[in-house]
Amino acid sequence: MSGVRILVGTRKGAFVLTSDGKRDRWDVSSPHFAGWEMYHLKGSPVDQNRLYASQSNGWFGQLIQRSDDGGKSWKAVGNKFVYDGVPGTHQWYDGTPHPWEFKRVWHLEPSLTDPDTVYAGVEDAALFRSTDAGETWQELSGLRGHGSGPRWQPGAGGMCLHTIVLDPSDPARIFVAISAAGAFRSDDAGKTWRAINRGLRSQGIPDPNAEVGHCVHRIAMHPSRPNVLYMQKHWDVMRSDDAGDSWQEVSGNLPTDFGFAIDVHAHEPDTVYVVPIKSDSEHFPLDGKLRVYRSRTGGNEWEALTAGLPQSNCYVNVLRDAMAVDTLDPCGVYFGTTGGQVYASSNAGSSWAAVVRDLPSVLSVEVQTLQ
Amino acid sequence: MIRVVLPQHLRTLAQVGGEVELQLHGAATQRLVLDALEARYPMLRGTIRDHGTHRRRDFVRFFACEQDLSHESPDASLPEAVVAGIEPLLIVGAMAGG
Repeated sequence: MSGVRILVGTRKGAFVLTSDGKRDRWDVSSPHFAGWEMYHLKGSPVDQNRLYASQSNGWFGQLIQRSDDGGKSWKAVGNKFVYDGVPGTHQWYDGTPHPWEFKRVWHLEPSLTDPDTVYAGVEDAALFRSTDAGETWQELSGLRGHGSGPRWQPGAGGMCLHTIVLDPSDPARIFVAISAAGAFRSDDAGKTWRAINRGLRSQGIPDPNAEVGHCVHRIAMHPSRPNVLYMQKHWDVMRSDDAGDSWQEVSGNLPTDFGFAIDVHAHEPDTVYVVPIKSDSEHFPLDGKLRVYRSRTGGNEWEALTAGLPQSNCYVNVLRDAMAVDTLDPCGVYFGTTGGQVYASSNAGSSWAAVVRDLPSVLSVEVQTLQ
Repeated sequence: MIRVVLPQHLRTLAQVGGEVELQLHGAATQRLVLDALEARYPMLRGTIRDHGTHRRRDFVRFFACEQDLSHESPDASLPEAVVAGIEPLLIVGAMAGG
């Protein structure tokens, strides 16, 4: 029988939540890596027992952990992230040049075809790849070498490469997003990159139509339609129908279009989920009501999903990597909050229940559909 | 024999229970102790000092014999009591944050 495994990264450890295919009873693991910040955990799509995890803290830096048994045991693998060549500078908050310095791994994206290949998005923004199951890492420096690199500037959370989307129809195509530089695409497996920010308009930068400088929060894709991308930008929910060559706003009737998380239904490429957040200065839901919004039309027309979610006095946030879907039918949707709740819906968002309520602040949620 | 006490998170990472005992080949300095420590426990590389520069991480401290050795040269000799194995070298996560 199929099942579901939720990989939860929190400020103070990682948790593995498991259920059978009914998704109504969950087993919650003891904390893995207790006390460490677990920015992201993700499983290989071609080997459900192969997991990668980013573990860090301010004292002892960055570690990468790998599990070969579905999270029962872990092995610390390579944690040496060295920028290729002379790192150079990007812009600091005050506009002065600042040397590139490695701080942490925000996101791990396992290859769609090879369990030993995994990509890492890091702060200060760069993309690394391992082809030996995380033992060693090499930078794909063509991204940082993009001519706009010296103009990239950190967002409030740091200058992080937080989103990596691999195209299932084209192994050479990779999308990434950086705060606050924008979105980039490679069509040659990471050797060269182009900025894909045409159509994004950002009020917080001097030229709202600038090639780079946009604070992209997350990008999501449905695997059956890889040229269609959905983006939650700092403000604005955006859609591209041409692999990022151009973007149109699809915020439509959302009550606020600020937010972090965005994801796509596993079986309906036009069904999209976001969690609107009041504003960039108040990182909590509007009116104290935690509402997921679902569009079944690829954006613009959104409906509030509230059943089972707190509709008063709720002031949590849902971070960019803290939403995921399973591939069961009906599709399961999951998200975690900075208040430590993980909510699950086994009916594509129509109703929700808390799987667990009192974890440390949730940084990331990924889901594996187990066979 | 040099005795080293790791902070709790690094004991967990290295899967050691109590003190670590290291046999050094050469003069007992911070650098050689850390070289020997990382050789035996490769998973500790990068957690106490930077991979490339070997500079001590900002929030890591080295204490011994009730002295703070954090700002000593990595090539300075360790106190005699540490060299003799009477006192341990304490690797400590600095008190910071909540």
